[in-house]
Amino acid sequence: MVNHPIPSEVASRLRKPKAGHAAVGGRLLSPFTLVLGALIAVAMYFLAQRFIHGLGAVTNINNGYPWGIWVVWDVVIATGFACGGYAMALVVYILNKGEYHHLVRPALTASLFGYSLGGLSVLIDLGRYWNFWHILSPTYAQPGSVMFEVAVCISLYVVVLWIEFSPAFLEHLGMKDVKKTLNKFMFVFIGLGVLLPTMHQSSLGSLLVVFGAQIHPLWQTPLLPLLFLLTAVCMGFAIVILEATLAAVGFKRDIHEELPLLSKIGKIITGILVAYLVIRIGDLIVRGAIFSVFTSGVKSVMFLIEMAAFAYPIAVLSSPTNRRRLSKLLAAAMSMLTGAVLYRIDAFLVAYDTGPGWHYFPSAPEMMVTIGVIAIEVLAYIVFVRKFPILPGHSTTAAAE
Amino acid sequence: MTFTRRNFLRAAAGGTAAAAACATLASSPAEARDNKKLPDNAIGLLYDSTLCIGCKACMSGCKDANDLPLEDNIGEKLWDTPLELSGKTYTVIKIYQHGTMENKDKAENGFAHIKRQCLHCVDPSCVSACPVSAMTKHEKTGVVEYNKDACIGCRYCVAACPFGVPQFQYDTPTPQIAKCQLCKHRLAEGKIPACAQQCPTGATIFGTYPQLSAEIERRKAMKAGEPNLFPRRTTDSGDNHERAAAEYVDHVYGQKDAGGTQVRYLSGVPFDKLALPVGLPERSYAADSETLQHTLYGGLILPGVALAGLVAAAWRGSKDHHDDDENHGGHSHG
Repeated sequence: MVNHPIPSEVASRLRKPKAGHAAVGGRLLSPFTLVLGALIAVAMYFLAQRFIHGLGAVTNINNGYPWGIWVVWDVVIATGFACGGYAMALVVYILNKGEYHHLVRPALTASLFGYSLGGLSVLIDLGRYWNFWHILSPTYAQPGSVMFEVAVCISLYVVVLWIEFSPAFLEHLGMKDVKKTLNKFMFVFIGLGVLLPTMHQSSLGSLLVVFGAQIHPLWQTPLLPLLFLLTAVCMGFAIVILEATLAAVGFKRDIHEELPLLSKIGKIITGILVAYLVIRIGDLIVRGAIFSVFTSGVKSVMFLIEMAAFAYPIAVLSSPTNRRRLSKLLAAAMSMLTGAVLYRIDAFLVAYDTGPGWHYFPSAPEMMVTIGVIAIEVLAYIVFVRKFPILPGHSTTAAAE
Repeated sequence: MTFTRRNFLRAAAGGTAAAAACATLASSPAEARDNKKLPDNAIGLLYDSTLCIGCKACMSGCKDANDLPLEDNIGEKLWDTPLELSGKTYTVIKIYQHGTMENKDKAENGFAHIKRQCLHCVDPSCVSACPVSAMTKHEKTGVVEYNKDACIGCRYCVAACPFGVPQFQYDTPTPQIAKCQLCKHRLAEGKIPACAQQCPTGATIFGTYPQLSAEIERRKAMKAGEPNLFPRRTTDSGDNHERAAAEYVDHVYGQKDAGGTQVRYLSGVPFDKLALPVGLPERSYAADSETLQHTLYGGLILPGVALAGLVAAAWRGSKDHHDDDENHGGHSHG
């Protein structure tokens, strides 16, 4: 919902057009944060079971479906969700559109938690987690492995994100000099902050290439890396829109100032979506897989839902009037997010067929752990925006509380 | 001034992208990775389904040689009853059944056995997938070996194997990948793999790859129904038994499938009936995957060029609109 701005505040903003970031403030303890805490406690209980008895005690994964939602949701999709920082850095610094600048830090915050927790989720899922450091050790590393590349890039990116984000900390801690020095070299980390997600988000798709015929032809293609990269950017921008809306509603902030920027993002999104659909369908035609669009049962249905979820936002956002309305932007973003999430679930689980007799659907405890991880992320975000200068500094009601 | 510099840098960034694109196209043929070649001293197994009587002596021998526990999947607690490969089972004999099951090694109203185990691919997906070199292919013998001390338990090998061979142990806090390693510990002692050692009919025999190739040729040249000699344990053991040759299907499984395997199969029924994936390409999936990776990341050339372009663009971007936090010292943090 759009909060209608109070005229006097609009006037004050006009006097000070370049608002910086500010902490939202307010109480940390609320019914919502308590629920999050409870969800985290439940997840911790099941995690204890997992570490005492093994992965089978909590999850439904098996040797036919060795990767469940702890990989596909917690890592493959969650890091896609966390591409807001990537998408915004791409627009702000690389395409030189500085006008979006104050959307960067909130996006970066979500990326920070998404990636940091994605990294931690890997540890939960690794059977021999105590050896996790092998993947970064030259003694063990196997550079031909797509997994190796993904792991190295994600690890480096988590570090880069914390560095990119550190000005918000340094500001809070009053370390002005350090911040100033860091800002001088920040362009290096911004460059890395675009390169690394480009590499590992595309490689999340490349992971599936070696699966060969085990992945249905509607999804198996040498273009997997490109398609995964495009969906990562889609998810990133969708999250920026969603986040701006949620921050406005949740912290009772005025979104009026962000709206023109969001609508410009809507225009960028339209272009990316068109490119995605052209490449996706073009590839199916070239490989001759287009004929299985209607003949593959559940897989066909999932594919068509995916396509619809990508097509709908194009239809909505191609109209400039719609792009200026938050409700339409949000609807388009949610549809795009759904499409991208489905694409990743489909590619990793629905399209994956390892032979007859194998089934996978996540168990309730398995889902509770994933929900707990999401709860940690949301809680951390709330704490951070309340305590640190993250959101654009034109909060309205929250400041008065 | 800014205008011209910006244009220059924009052109520079564009040039970088174009150079990167050219590098991709130019490097792809050179970097393309072919199937790996069979090692010089490659060894392997030949499993002849038509000789197998389903006695499961190989399974028992395997469990004994590899210190594997028994498993009960049918609730009778009488015998070791694995239904498939598992965290406790490296090899299992399965059976194809059709109709009245009167005819051995016939698809119609017949039955046939199949031995499931690691096929020891010439160019294994699991080795290519493994990020920490826990799965390796012995450079001389070609045996696909597993090192639990390197393994991180990511299960990429489990997911990648086109034959569904590597098995993860889900019921322990200290899991390993379970898979046939061709009894590498017995080979080191000059012995042959336990399954070949135990097989009473020579359905599973051990040998060098060329020896097994010659044996395959010999059997395929046999006339169905005529008596022939079949060796036990190894091709040159001299311990032969005589029986009528069966009618083989043309396909020698593992000769070319997925880039070829060092464990090969002969059978009287088509292999899709024996639950082996048929129609796998001759080009290995590892070659596909690594060609893609090498094209994108070979020598880190493309990422390096891209990083230079990105850092330049970010530098330009941050010059043009520096962190606006500098101008808002008056904001309170509460």
